[in-house]
Amino acid sequence: MVIEPRGTLYPRVKVKDVEKIIESSIVNDEPEKTLLYSPNGNSSSVEKYKNIPFYAKQQRIALRNLGMIDQYRIEDYIATGGYQGLAKALTDMTPETIVDEVKQSGLRGRGGAGFSAGRKWATCASAEETPHYVICNGDEGDPGAFMDRSIMEGDPHSVLEGMIICARAVNSHEGYIYVREEYPLAIMNLQLAIEQATSYGLLGDNILGTGFSFTLKVSKGGGAFVCGESSALMRSVGGDVGEPRAKYVRSVLKGLHDKPTVLNNVESFANIPPIIVNGGKWFASIGTEKSTGTKAFSLVGKVRNTGLIEVPMGTTLREIIYDIGGGIQDDRPFKAVQTGGPSGGCLPKEKLDLPVDFDSLTEADSMMGSGGMIVMDDQTCVVDLAKYFLKFLVEESCGKCTPCREGLYQLHSLVDKMSDGRAVESDLVLAENLSKSIMIGSLCGLGKSGPNPFISTLKYFREEYIAHIRDKKCPAKVCPSLISYEIIEGPCDGCMACAPACAVKAITGEKGKLHVIDQNICDRCGACKAICTRQAIEIH
Amino acid sequence: MNHDFSKLPDIIEKHPKSPQSLIAVLQDIQKEYHYLPCEALKLTAEALDLPLSKVFSVSTFYNAFSLDPRGEKVIRICTGTTCHIRGAKQIEHQLETQLNIKSGETTEDMKFTLEVVNCVGACAMAPVVIVNDEYFGSVKLTDTRKLLKGGNNAN
Ligand SMILES: Cc1cc2nc3c(=O)[nH]c(=O)nc-3n(C[C@H](O)[C@H](O)[C@H](O)COP(=O)(O)O)c2cc1C
Ligand code: FES
Repeated sequence: MVIEPRGTLYPRVKVKDVEKIIESSIVNDEPEKTLLYSPNGNSSSVEKYKNIPFYAKQQRIALRNLGMIDQYRIEDYIATGGYQGLAKALTDMTPETIVDEVKQSGLRGRGGAGFSAGRKWATCASAEETPHYVICNGDEGDPGAFMDRSIMEGDPHSVLEGMIICARAVNSHEGYIYVREEYPLAIMNLQLAIEQATSYGLLGDNILGTGFSFTLKVSKGGGAFVCGESSALMRSVGGDVGEPRAKYVRSVLKGLHDKPTVLNNVESFANIPPIIVNGGKWFASIGTEKSTGTKAFSLVGKVRNTGLIEVPMGTTLREIIYDIGGGIQDDRPFKAVQTGGPSGGCLPKEKLDLPVDFDSLTEADSMMGSGGMIVMDDQTCVVDLAKYFLKFLVEESCGKCTPCREGLYQLHSLVDKMSDGRAVESDLVLAENLSKSIMIGSLCGLGKSGPNPFISTLKYFREEYIAHIRDKKCPAKVCPSLISYEIIEGPCDGCMACAPACAVKAITGEKGKLHVIDQNICDRCGACKAICTRQAIEIH
Repeated sequence: MNHDFSKLPDIIEKHPKSPQSLIAVLQDIQKEYHYLPCEALKLTAEALDLPLSKVFSVSTFYNAFSLDPRGEKVIRICTGTTCHIRGAKQIEHQLETQLNIKSGETTEDMKFTLEVVNCVGACAMAPVVIVNDEYFGSVKLTDTRKLLKGGNNAN
């Protein structure tokens, strides 16, 4: 619980604490010292949330309103400065000066590729063909990422405001927000926000009496990862199957219905209002020279503090994982961090001091992607992870081009062989060569970056691949074909919990006596280990 | 399966009669019947003046659509990256064994359908299982029977 304006933070508040908090914080305007946050339980407590390491390293621009306002009330958004950017853009600025401001901010698209937003807007604004469209990409297909969902659910007006400003800059009168159907609450909140903004005269005809008109609709996706790709998304908004087309046709000139279209990501749009209000120079002063501003990440996996964070570009992985994330759960060793989703890669501990920005990540064979950051400890197997991503991509490939459809399928079979202990060393060479062909030959980003999870794990964890292939061992003890579960004498007291939990009935034993797993029946699902309270089951 | 198809015209009517409405119409039909009955595809094609092949192609392209009837309880296991490294695979395997079906299938008595989804954006509480529209986080291998029974007392 945070009490403003002092910013006093009370962690893990219980009902019985409320009275004390009201007495101290509200009646006497003094913090209740016994209930404050104290790191590692020692005596020196911290009052203000801004001074806690989790918050101290963060700077919130795109996520500025999350948790601070009631997302269902447009009045709350306006009270915290919302729609001021729009008012300024419509009354004090011309479309040209809006584009210039965005260019000056250096804002690069937050959806993955990092293309300059200002340049995209300029191209669309000067396109002769009409009408022009503005689309927001809320497909957020990268598994492990939920920044965009949180913004659409928790601060929908910031997306709307960014889009209306963009519409003004590129002279568009019709826009769409494409949201995946897995996000029902985001769809609902956006629709509500659109109704509210329309009734306030901030959307629709003659916005704020300036004569400018713009309407917005929510378009629901159908659960296909490839629809996050720009040309596929536009076909999907048009009611068609989401198959991408070749890159040489630029969607900014031939987008929705083959008309000029600006497509930006949710977080990109949410950054626009503060840029207009505070100026592009202000935004450019944050972050690094080539990657300006901040970036939101969803920090998840085996890290202590999981959740949404936002940091200036150039913050190192170590600061994110250790200072903000609080380190690895159960004090296990850090193994790798996965960024960029299925198109990204894994970075090992040698790369912990890498500054996080578009170019550094790409140089290290990973990718910024949309901002999923999945932390892994020594119990994660990189071969299994590569196999996981390849399977994902095989299923999500739209099937239009052969290198992606067939290539990824074969690459997955090879990695599957490795994880299964059936591979020979030449398979590794074959897989590397195949990866190159897929990257060169594929039509869209899905295939072009599809082998990345394999390439980057191989680059940093080659010995782990070799262990699977040559020694038929999975060092992380994950790959089912290369491990076995055994009950050890001593800890096992024959409590009879595991035998009924085994779905394939591989465990036998009498009450009070050592139980035994029949290795020929066991399918290595791990249910027995999960239910055993005596740590009597080991993986070999 | 016998269905009352009298609602179909109303569902289709709600949308502008344009090819752009195709996905939205199919989504509403899927919501009503939990799958896309063959009759519905034909009616949609006629109403929107589209070839049936087009309607079929769209309904098989997107994961959200199912051409087979689904069970009373639809159990969806998130197999996004975070859920994967936190054991979603084992949970899937456990449910498959307990229900004696593979994911994507429905039990013969039409009670359960098992499906996997890619990340539902609740990764901070991985692994996640969704029973109908109810979300369960930090699901353990030992919770699966509870999920099948009531769903309500797990977590
Ligand atoms: C296979 C594939 C999936 C993508 N998925 C998404 C996505 O889910 N969300 C997103 O914003 N961009 C996604 N992109 C990037 C978009 O194509 C596009 O670059 C982006 O939406 C442009 O907006 P931005 O410049 O503001 O980032 C994807 C690209 C590819 C190739
Ligand atoms: S990976 Fe399961 S909710 Fe994100």
